[in-house]
Amino acid sequence: MDLAATHDTPVHDHAHHEDLPFWRKYIFSLDHKVIGIQYAITGLLFLLFGFFLMMLMRYQLAYPGQPIPLIGNWFGADKAPGGIMLPEFYNQLGAMHGTIMVFLGVVPLAVGGFGNFVMPLQIGAPDMAFPKLNMMSYWVYFVGGVVMLGSFFLPGGAPQSGWTSYPPLAVIAPAGQTAWLFGMVFLITSSLLGSINFIVTIVQLRARGLSYMRLPFFVWAQLVTAFLLLLAFPPLEAAAILQLMDRLAGTSFFLPSGLVVSNQVLTGMTGVAEGASRAGGGNALLWQHLFWFLAHPEVYVLILPAMGIVSEIIANNTRKPLWGYRALVYSVIFLGFMSFIVWAHHMFMTGMGTAISAFFQTTTMIISIPSVVILTALLLSLWGASIRFTTPMLFALAFLPMFGIGGLTGLPLGLAPSDIHLHDTYYVIGHFHYVVAPGTIFALFAGVYYWFPKATGRRMNDLLGKIHFWGSFVCINLVFMPMFIQGLGGMNRRLYDGGMQYAHNAELLHWNVVIGFAAWGLGLFQLPFIVNFFASIKWGALVDRNPWQATTLEWSAPSPPGHGNFVTEPVVYRGPYEYSVPGSSTDFTPQFEPEHA
Amino acid sequence: MNIPYTVEARPDSGLANGKLGIWLFLASEVMLFGALFSTYILLRVGADTWPHGELSVPLGAVNTIILIGSSVTMVMAWASLKMNNWGRHRMFLALTFLLALVFLVNKYFEYEEHLLAGEGPNHNTFLAIYYTLTGLHGLHIVGGMIVMGYFLGPGAGLWRRNPAQFTNRIEYTGLYWHFVDLVWIFLFPVLYLL
Amino acid sequence: MHPDSEDVQKSVRSYMIVFAMLMVFTLVTVGVARLSFAVPVAIAVALIIAAMKGAMVAGVFMHLSHEKRWVYGTLVLTVVFFAALLLLPVITSLDSLATGNPWVR
Repeated sequence: MDLAATHDTPVHDHAHHEDLPFWRKYIFSLDHKVIGIQYAITGLLFLLFGFFLMMLMRYQLAYPGQPIPLIGNWFGADKAPGGIMLPEFYNQLGAMHGTIMVFLGVVPLAVGGFGNFVMPLQIGAPDMAFPKLNMMSYWVYFVGGVVMLGSFFLPGGAPQSGWTSYPPLAVIAPAGQTAWLFGMVFLITSSLLGSINFIVTIVQLRARGLSYMRLPFFVWAQLVTAFLLLLAFPPLEAAAILQLMDRLAGTSFFLPSGLVVSNQVLTGMTGVAEGASRAGGGNALLWQHLFWFLAHPEVYVLILPAMGIVSEIIANNTRKPLWGYRALVYSVIFLGFMSFIVWAHHMFMTGMGTAISAFFQTTTMIISIPSVVILTALLLSLWGASIRFTTPMLFALAFLPMFGIGGLTGLPLGLAPSDIHLHDTYYVIGHFHYVVAPGTIFALFAGVYYWFPKATGRRMNDLLGKIHFWGSFVCINLVFMPMFIQGLGGMNRRLYDGGMQYAHNAELLHWNVVIGFAAWGLGLFQLPFIVNFFASIKWGALVDRNPWQATTLEWSAPSPPGHGNFVTEPVVYRGPYEYSVPGSSTDFTPQFEPEHA
Repeated sequence: MNIPYTVEARPDSGLANGKLGIWLFLASEVMLFGALFSTYILLRVGADTWPHGELSVPLGAVNTIILIGSSVTMVMAWASLKMNNWGRHRMFLALTFLLALVFLVNKYFEYEEHLLAGEGPNHNTFLAIYYTLTGLHGLHIVGGMIVMGYFLGPGAGLWRRNPAQFTNRIEYTGLYWHFVDLVWIFLFPVLYLL
Repeated sequence: MHPDSEDVQKSVRSYMIVFAMLMVFTLVTVGVARLSFAVPVAIAVALIIAAMKGAMVAGVFMHLSHEKRWVYGTLVLTVVFFAALLLLPVITSLDSLATGNPWVR
């Protein structure tokens, strides 16, 4: 049954939205699709910027103390005199790379971008439940991003205490740290508004016939992600307020009594008298608890939307239902719950007692189970499939072993005895980058190639896509695999000179050069993607509603969908992955098509 | 374009969009104040000594009664709308606003007394967490007052255009307000009595 | 589903009753604080009274006792995480529960 033809004149009852002025149609739009694209493009730009920061760092690590070529003089004498990176500048790059990638790049793209654009379409909704809140959450994110970027220009430079901002260092750090804290308050607010919107939309605006167990797995992943953001972020917001108080109001939430910095006893930021009573003094670990209470669920925020995207693409390109839909749903819910009670595995070296350490090791081991179930279900979905090696599918397939490596390398980190040797080494950096970079970011690329036709009505170029894929896949492994070797060899992270001061690192240093070249390669292979993305908007091959012959609801809307999304109210008749149904004349039976006569 | 269930409830969830939205928001607020209570616990357990009797119990108790009273007037403001009594609603909403204002005035005097004696947040850890907890709570009171002011002022027109939606919004404001009261119910004994 | 006008009339009575009980509990809390109990007992008593007051505000004023599953479920989840946030950090700062003396620092 074909829904009416074009996206020109959807049925609606009030103001014709074609009459809206430019700034209300594209800048302050209330339409989830426009907001989703705003989030996506802003997120992609931040990813690019974060990548650039990393390139600077990798150059320093490969050639410590050498002037940065060509652009070395751009940074000024306070950051890189004579083009030679100061340690403080290296630390700024490190802290900002992490902050930008996690909070300004991946999550806005994965949740704000894909979630906003795709989810309402996949559930058959005309928009999000609270369109104005949606718009506000984008602009608050934008302001947060501006504050974060602006910090580079403050005296003392950008935040330089890691993306983790541990006190006491972060409390006594230059002004950029204050900008980080305020920036985080904006970002957390944006996230909170967004997560409320996502949950209400999914619960309340599902189309007729779309029960929970007929939801695409992408929507389940976004639902759990929204709960993680809703409940885990507020403690970091509280912690940011506390650190701001320590920095600006002279409190000592995180400064222990008798702290000595540079041979001077620190008595508090506004010079409290020596004998003034401080009931108990501050606790630097308090920050770590509040930070990691968010930051652990945050890593699941990073991975869950990616799993959702990969699931959609695998089902579509295997022409088979996903294996173990129920297992996937229960696993993602269980994963979300467990993610709240594992956080202190980031703190095994802080001197906690053996019993509580055992508790966190246990919960951390347990949480690997649902992850493995999800990965296994996706792998089993490939069994006996007619795989179409489209560009999105290549990225989705690569996600599986990459996430596998990332996840497996997490196990020795989650067990305290092995973590003693690996904590704060390059092993950790290798582990988490595997999950986020060839993991999540590959999934996000897959999502771009997959949903680009829906958003623009044109497809991206396949040859450029394949070049992008293969080049990125090879280079990204060359960037991160050596880090496990370096970490196991004892090379510490966050060392501005690449570890060359330490004798035990001597045999590991050459890897920094390898990684540097691989990073360059990785950067160069993003060019086909950037060119492809923008050129295809204008010149890509035109597509109809359902170019991938997919089964989920978004493919019943026009490409691109008009305001209000669906020309007639969508109705759902079956589950989300009815591919290759026996007895059917086609190899896919969309959710939105009624039974044939 | 029409978003469904903005006023009437969706049959299977039994909720209107705003009702679910405000409860989700309150859940996040529980975690926000929870972090500060966790801070209090960690700092106090780690302290050799902890001040006692620095705050005026009578003032705190009075403020507790004022805030609980404002919770009653707030729920009555909603109930009046359900009983179609616009005048009563206005009276109760204005009363709630006023009680909130009195609470803040008391808080102002309380802060002033300590600040004039040089006892700011940097004086000791107890005061640091006290100012932070009550300050954040106070900001939430201000936020509530702004919303109430809106519904007493420019927002009141919605009652004529869409009484059911207006009633819902007052209910959601009430839920937020009761939560603010709830936080204080725990703040008072923890900071003033223990 | 909102109650209709008559049900609300009945609710008004329960609001007033709860108001009175909250006043009483507030006075009890203050009174109890004046009796110097040992610290753990004082904490327990204060928190129990506060919890009872809170339950009344939530259950009656916020109508939580008739609320729907999604609201109720979210709050149960929140309470679990709230408890974890309150208890686990302080437990990690206790030296070792296995030594039998949790107050060793």
